Amino acid sequence: MKLKIPGTGSPDPTVDDGDPAEIQGRGPWQLAWARLRHDRVAVISGITIVGIVLVAIFAPVVAHLTGHSPFTQYRTTGLSPEGIPVGPGRNFLLGTDSLGRDILVRVCYGTRISLLAGVVASSLAVAVGVVVGLTAGFFGGAVDTVLARTMDAVLSLPYLVLAIALISVVGPSLLVSIAVIAFFSFSSVGRIVRGQVLSIKEKEFIEAARSLGAGNLRIMFVDILPNVLAPVIVYLTLLVPASIVFEATLSFLGLGVVPPTPSWGGMLSESTAWYQVAWWYVLVPGLGLLVTTLAFNLLGDSVRDAFDPRYNRLFVSES
Amino acid sequence: MSDPEVLVRVRDVTKHFPVRSSSIFRRGSEQVHAVDQVTLDIRRGETLGLVGETGCGKSTLARCITRLLELTSGSVVFDGEDISGLSRRQLRPVRRRMQMIFQDPYGSLNPRRRVGSIIGDPYAIHDIAEGEDRKAKVQHLMELVGLNPEHFNRFPAEFSGGQRQRIGVARALALQPDLIVCDEPVSALDVSIQAQVVNLLADLQGEFELTYLFIAHDLSVIRHVSDRVAVMYLGRIVEESGREDLFARPRHPYTKALMSAVPVADPDLADSRKRTVLGGDVPSPINPPPGCRFHPRCPKAQDRCRVEEPQLGVIPGDTGHRVACHFPLADGEELPVTAAEVAIAKLIPVSETTGETGR
Repeated sequence: MKLKIPGTGSPDPTVDDGDPAEIQGRGPWQLAWARLRHDRVAVISGITIVGIVLVAIFAPVVAHLTGHSPFTQYRTTGLSPEGIPVGPGRNFLLGTDSLGRDILVRVCYGTRISLLAGVVASSLAVAVGVVVGLTAGFFGGAVDTVLARTMDAVLSLPYLVLAIALISVVGPSLLVSIAVIAFFSFSSVGRIVRGQVLSIKEKEFIEAARSLGAGNLRIMFVDILPNVLAPVIVYLTLLVPASIVFEATLSFLGLGVVPPTPSWGGMLSESTAWYQVAWWYVLVPGLGLLVTTLAFNLLGDSVRDAFDPRYNRLFVSES
Repeated sequence: MSDPEVLVRVRDVTKHFPVRSSSIFRRGSEQVHAVDQVTLDIRRGETLGLVGETGCGKSTLARCITRLLELTSGSVVFDGEDISGLSRRQLRPVRRRMQMIFQDPYGSLNPRRRVGSIIGDPYAIHDIAEGEDRKAKVQHLMELVGLNPEHFNRFPAEFSGGQRQRIGVARALALQPDLIVCDEPVSALDVSIQAQVVNLLADLQGEFELTYLFIAHDLSVIRHVSDRVAVMYLGRIVEESGREDLFARPRHPYTKALMSAVPVADPDLADSRKRTVLGGDVPSPINPPPGCRFHPRCPKAQDRCRVEEPQLGVIPGDTGHRVACHFPLADGEELPVTAAEVAIAKLIPVSETTGETGR
């Protein structure tokens, strides 16, 4: 396509366009996505996570198929005459717990709690962290001092002790667990975002936006936020497994989900007295926790690599 | 009193930056005198070239005029309205009429946003055009500055430096401003691309009746684009005149030295030229020298220069030519040989000396 270019002969000859249709719109996000799709670990982790989500969604179907409710205690079939849990078999595929409940069904229901706590708590932490970090970094001065010191203070708190103290006051519940996890996680996000904002707000394009008449909010969310999102996404994927473990820890200590609601941490806690006679009691929820956190962590690593322009030379590097 | 010919009236604009001192007790005691009492008029439709060494306060002055920085003192009157005291909200309508083109074609475009959205930013900020209308306007702008409008959806990283600078030009042009402040718009570009962008700016000026404040440290660029030229040294305007006049008859020793440093492509001519080499560095703007700020490096400096600060004034019989010097150069007067030149002459043969007065 020929264009009339004022004042000059031709556009810059330095860039060879190639096929415009092919290059068009290969933004940083598309590049990261393309890299991710070619990463075998990422694909396997992703499929695993989808599987775990399906398990959580279809937990009632599992209950229906086995004919066991997660709360019913099958004292005659689920416990041996001596009162010991029954191992994996035809009736109970993954064995029973100390009260004769079906571990398979309970683990499936426990997935819901773990995912809920993990995803909701980390999303909440990231949302709060982004807003706090953005505000602190952007405005600087006294606002920054107050917010940054608050985040430092939160990071220096002994979170488990404080969580125990807090929950013993307000009482355990899933909601409280999520709030506690989010509270103790947002600071790291906030600090990452703040650091990034401090460097980005000095860039000339921020000055350009200001000279166009853009307000603070617009500059913060339209101009700066997209530039800090990559590390935030990476941190989010790594925060999910950490939150899942955190929730399991709280439940293990009896500070999370209230029994008889099944949760992996709670099941592990109950199983400690029985692991010598009922290995499946520990193994099944433990494996659930392991597979889930591993999948999220590996995915997080891959996402980080995908956003790193130096990681894969196959695709043209950014910036 | 208010001359309708004048679009921007800069009066005694001063910008001091407090120095961050490492000691908490001395905070705020020291100031960088980035811009000191600058008085300047930018006339409608002209290109005023602002030239000076790196660090002399050109960009700070530009940011004071566009109110990206708060003034320490002084006033900026834009089209009859004093904008130096306006709040950010009050400034919004003024911003539509006053745009900026930045030096760094890489830093001035948001790497995470598509070109179409960057150029459309002015429309979005001022709620002017939306959707397809905005897209059509943006594509028209892209065509106007010599970009392929089909590259609407690309990211800045996919363009070369010259093309990126065109994107910056398109963005500045979007709201059809009266004034465009070009802050070293070509100094980050290859020489071949510089000419393209400079010519583009000149064509657009004719088409849209733009007024430019054109900042550069490269005298040949300034000479090419400007109608009038102001020379800055250490936060002050030392000389201001029409282009032809200034280049033919520089009055200030600093301007003269600056001009002698411009390389000439013809070796015969280059050999025959007298080049002035200034000794020393630009003094620190934290403690500018008393009297004339140029006196420590000036080959003509006398006792009066060390004490009394010269004011920018019209030279008798040379209207329109203002200079801040107690002993301005007469027509054809050469500068005395400086100590630095003597030192260099001892070290290397004369034919190899180069005019190093900084950029």
